[in-house]
Formats: sequence, C-alpha cells, structure tokens
Amino acid sequence: MNEQHPSRSDGAILRVEGLHKSYGDNHVLRGVSMQMRRGETVVVIGPSGTGKSTLLRCINQLSVPDRGRVWLGDREITCKKQNINCLRAEIGFVFQNFNLFTHLTALANVRIGPMKVKGLKKAAATELAMDELARVGLSDKADAYPAELSGGQQQRVSIARALAMSPQLMLFDEPTSALDPELIGEVLDVMVSLAKEGMTMLVVSHEMGFARSVSDSIIFMEGGVILEQGPPEEFFTAPKEERTRVFLSKITELYGE
Amino acid sequence: MGFFAFAWSILPDLLHATRMTLWITSGSIVLGFLVGIFLALGRVYGPRPIRWLTGGYIQFFRGTPLLVQLLVVYYGLPPYLASLGIQISPLAAAIIGLGLNSAAYQAEYFRGAVQSIQSGQMMAARSVGLSRVRAIRYVILPQALRLVIPSWSNELIYSIKYSSLAYFVSLTELTFVGKKIALHTARTFETYVVVAAIYLVIVLIVSRLLWMLEQRARIPGLGVPTEHR
Amino acid sequence: MSTIWQSLELLVTKGLPTTVLLTLGLLGAGLALGFPIAFLQVYGYRPFRWLCRGYEQLFRGIPALVLILIFHSGLARSFGILLPAFTSALIALGLRSSAYQSQIFRGAIQSVPQGQMMAARALGMSKLQAIRSIILPQALRLSIPPWTNEFSSVLKDTSLASAIGVLELTKQGTLIFTRIQFVKGVNYILVILILVALVYLVLTYMGNAGLALLERRLRIPGFEMKGKVER
Repeated sequence: MNEQHPSRSDGAILRVEGLHKSYGDNHVLRGVSMQMRRGETVVVIGPSGTGKSTLLRCINQLSVPDRGRVWLGDREITCKKQNINCLRAEIGFVFQNFNLFTHLTALANVRIGPMKVKGLKKAAATELAMDELARVGLSDKADAYPAELSGGQQQRVSIARALAMSPQLMLFDEPTSALDPELIGEVLDVMVSLAKEGMTMLVVSHEMGFARSVSDSIIFMEGGVILEQGPPEEFFTAPKEERTRVFLSKITELYGE
Repeated sequence: MGFFAFAWSILPDLLHATRMTLWITSGSIVLGFLVGIFLALGRVYGPRPIRWLTGGYIQFFRGTPLLVQLLVVYYGLPPYLASLGIQISPLAAAIIGLGLNSAAYQAEYFRGAVQSIQSGQMMAARSVGLSRVRAIRYVILPQALRLVIPSWSNELIYSIKYSSLAYFVSLTELTFVGKKIALHTARTFETYVVVAAIYLVIVLIVSRLLWMLEQRARIPGLGVPTEHR
Repeated sequence: MSTIWQSLELLVTKGLPTTVLLTLGLLGAGLALGFPIAFLQVYGYRPFRWLCRGYEQLFRGIPALVLILIFHSGLARSFGILLPAFTSALIALGLRSSAYQSQIFRGAIQSVPQGQMMAARALGMSKLQAIRSIILPQALRLSIPPWTNEFSSVLKDTSLASAIGVLELTKQGTLIFTRIQFVKGVNYILVILILVALVYLVLTYMGNAGLALLERRLRIPGFEMKGKVER
C-alpha cells in the first residue's frame, strides 16, 4: 500500500487514516488506513470480532472513533465542525439485521429519508421511492409492512432506502448474514447490479463468491488492523500473508468453493 | 417545635398504627393469594360455567373501585350477616374487602403465568403418566409461581398502599391515626408528610426483600430478567 | 322500585359528571407532565434522570389517599392555602398519575429497538428528527395497552376524592344511602352501592372499548400490542 499525504486529494472518494476505536478494554480498531476510488467495490473479510463492522460504523460516525480521520471526497467527516447529518445523508448504510422502520410500509421506509432529510415534497419523494423499489424488484410490495416481508425482501427494501438518498458511497455491514441460505441470492443479485452500475461500495461479507467475482479489491482484516489488500485474483490465488492463507483455507473448508 | 422534633414526638403512635397497616396488608394478600390461585385455575382449566363465573368475578372486581367494594363489605353486607348471627369487625371487613379485590388481580397474574408456560410442558407431564391434576400440581404450578413473582411483588406493594383505604371504615391504621394526630396537633401537613414517609420506607424495604426473593428463586432459562421498580 | 330509579338518576346527574371530569382532568394532567418526564429520563442528562427517577419513586410510593389528604387538609390547615376539594384531588392524583404515565412512556420508548435509532441516524436524520418521526410513533403505539390500564386505575382512584368531600359517584352514593338506608325492609345500602359499582363498570367498559378501538385503528403488522395485566 502506498502512503498518502492527508492533505492531498487525488480523486479518492473515501479516505480513512489511522482509525482507532476501543470499547472499554477491548481495542477493536488499532490503526486502520485505506482508501477507495469512485465506482470501486471493496470487500472486507476476516474472522469475526476483528473490527470489520466497527470500521464501517466509524466511517459514518455511528460509532465515534477515538483517533484517526475519515474523508468523504475532500470533506473531513471526523471534523467536529462538519454537519454529520449532511455527510451521513451521502453515505448509504445497509445493516446486517435490516433495521427497517417497523411502523412504516416499504414505500414509507424508502420515502422518509428524502422527505425528512432532503425536504422533498411527498409526491416527489413517493415517485423517487417507487423507482428505487422497482430497482430492487419490489414494486408490488410497496404497501407491505416489514413484518409482512421475508428477510431477503426486507434487506432489499433497506438497500432501496439507502439508494433513495442518492449516496456517493454505500456501506454494507454483513448484509446477508442474517438471512436464510435460500434468500441470500436475491440480495446478492441486487448488490451485483449496483456494482455494475458503478456504485461505490464497501462491503463487509463472508460471501467469497461475491468477493471473487464482483470486487475490485479485497481487504483482509484481523486483530483490528488491515493485514493484506489486493485485487481478488491475486488475493485468492497467491495471498502474501500466512494468516490470510489460514483464513482462506478455513473458509473454503466451511463453505466450499 | 421544629419539624423533626414534631415528627419524633408523633412517631411512636404512628409506628403503632403501622402494625395495623401491616396486619391488614398481610391478611388481605394471603386471602387474595388463596382465592386468586383457585380463580386462576378455574379460569384456565375449569369447565365452561366455572370459566364464566371466575371471569365475571375478576371483571367485576377489576372494573369497580376498591373503596366501593370495601363499603359493600362494611355497610352493605352486615345487615344480612346479622340476620345469620354473624358480626363483622372493621378489621375483618378491611381484610375481606381488600383480599377479595386482590384475589381478582392475583388471579390474572397467575393466569398469565400459567398460560405463558409452553403447552409442551403439560404434554410431557402427561406422557410420563401424571394425571392432569398432578401435572398441574407438580409441573405447571412450580413454574408458574416463579414466573409470577415480579407481578406478585407489585401486587404486594399495591396492597400496602391501598391498606390506607381502611381509613374509610375507621380502622386505626396508619392513615387514620395520622388524621387523628393531625386534628389534635393542627400540624396537618407535617403529620401527613411523616405518614407518607413511613409508607415510602415500607414500600422500599419490601421491594428490596422481594427482589432478593426473586434472585433466589431464579432458575436458569425460566422467564426473563425483569427490571424491578 | 321508584326509589332505585330516583337514586340512579341522582347518581348519574349529580356524581357521574364530576367523576368523568376528574378522570379526564387527571389523565390529561398526567399525560402533560408524564410525557416530558419520560422523555427527560431517556434522553436527558444524568442529573435530570435521577431527578425524574426520584419523582417517580416518590409519587408511586405514597398511597393516593395520603396524597389527597396532604394536598387538601395539609395545605389548608398548615399553610392556610384553602383549595377547592376538586382542585386538591386533581393536583394530588394528577401528580401521581404523571409518575405512572411517565413509567409507561419510558418503557415504551426504551422498548423500541436500538437499531431503529441507528438506521434513522444513518439516513442523516438529526437525533430530534429521529425521535420525532421514528421513535415516538412506535413508542406511542406500544403505550396504548398499558395506558388503558392507567385509565382504569385513575377512574377507580377518583373515588378516593370522596374522602375530602368531592361530590363524585361514590360520595353521592354514600350520601343517598345514609339518607334512606332501609325502606320497607329493603336494604338500600347494598342496592345503592351496587348501582354505584355498575356505573363504574359501565364507565370502565366504555373507556376500554374506546381505547381498544383506537388501538385497532392504529394497528400495524409486527407490533405485538398485547396488554399486560397491571394496576
């Protein structure tokens, strides 16, 4: 990895530098640095409990990092003077357990961001929301409440909810981990087509097939640091680190090829 | 006389009256427990007429003020009881009135607990050859009684506070004696503040004791930890 | 028979209105005070939380009757603040209901899963916006069943106002039966008390039915709104 000077912005849409985060005695992130260019899909893999989700949450400040800085384009997210709500509106976040608003229909879930945060009129927001629902293939479920949807459908609505804010960057926090195996495919399909459309995506996932075929780059994290990063072909065929090799062989054992 | 000196001077009389408060409370809670458990079992396992009757009892006692029920027991019934040769003392009236009321609530708590026990428990008990009654006795009730502790604790706290209604039948419990002292000394506000403080202390102590009981009766996996207030 | 009808008429015209008015006043006062207290307890600064917690403990721990006596006889004889009996009852029982209602709303707010707030913030909503459009609509729905219980206990507790002479249903009932007691061998004490009880039953039923209707109209799949037995 080549070192970047903090002040120089060379077209990176996301830059993370020296991120540290502890919960009590548990030092989860121990100095994470990375960057992404516009349109890239980066997949973060690694054993559980190594700070992958924490990294995502620190990027949009759902968890406030103890140290380190994060930039979206040339605006610093970690800067106290920045209006964090405006920046968050430009970063889509997809949660492991969906977190759809329980009291709102699928349509209203997608519509509420543009209305409350961007101040869109209801009619315009509805039109936008219907487009996004169509994009994830759920136009016919617009009036259903979350409890009436399958896990896969809920996750697709939550992707539509994030998309409706026209984000510059999408963060996916293990989007398929809470799903029954037969429902994973429909969510991955949506993510694949998003990647193809040129959305910038940072994905924490155990889906090696997705990582291999869709990502531009793979990050391997362990113990709160990035151990290795590289394009998928290189990463899967000739990992540089011994730890990466061990992890990959375990994963292959568990999930097959 | 300052407030604390005054409070100190009336404390002996009030503490004496507190004993009566505790008698009413324990009498009514025990009566309520005994009646309540049968009401609950009748409501869950009884034949239809029993279910209706117990349901009606519970609805009536939960839908009308305790004070009205107390007045019925103290003023409404004695003429009939007298014709049967039964005399009813204010203490008995208070315990019966409060106890029958408490029974309706305790029955609802028990019913909730019994119904929250999975039907698999009953099936498993029957499958090892226990009769229905013995299955209730040895499998359902021991679980239900543990589950009911938190809401039962609330009921006990409630009974302590509502024993003050015995005031209306001139029983010399805490609130009534407070009123007497207030009339004598003309320091009404201070007297009632001391009375309120005594209730508060009792409520806090009893809550604490019940919380400890709940901890000791806990069985891993049975029920969820409840926040205690 | 006509004695019964006359008594019932007296109860309904001179007793029922006060009971209804007092109940509505108490629920309103308790709501107006209890809601902000719950809010401060969940989202406020730490000292606030302790203060609210203490307030709740205090007014829930003192018997309603004692509170009524404090706010009527206590204020009148010790401080010369002579409030009308109705006002005293409204203040005493209103403070009490606010403590119970704040507990209801606090529980409801806290039972909305944390992920809801996180998802709202992730969309770019401010904390206040998230509370207003995501947390509160859910919390208010969740609080209808326990609030129905609170309505029922407030209604029943209005009978305690008879201790300081508020002419509500129970007081009116006792006034009637001390006057007539026995006529031609009929025990009117019991008859009138049962009439009083029936009027309360009808009120409880009407209130519960109204609130159940509200609950049904606001029902959303995924919200388990099962009423817990409380008092």
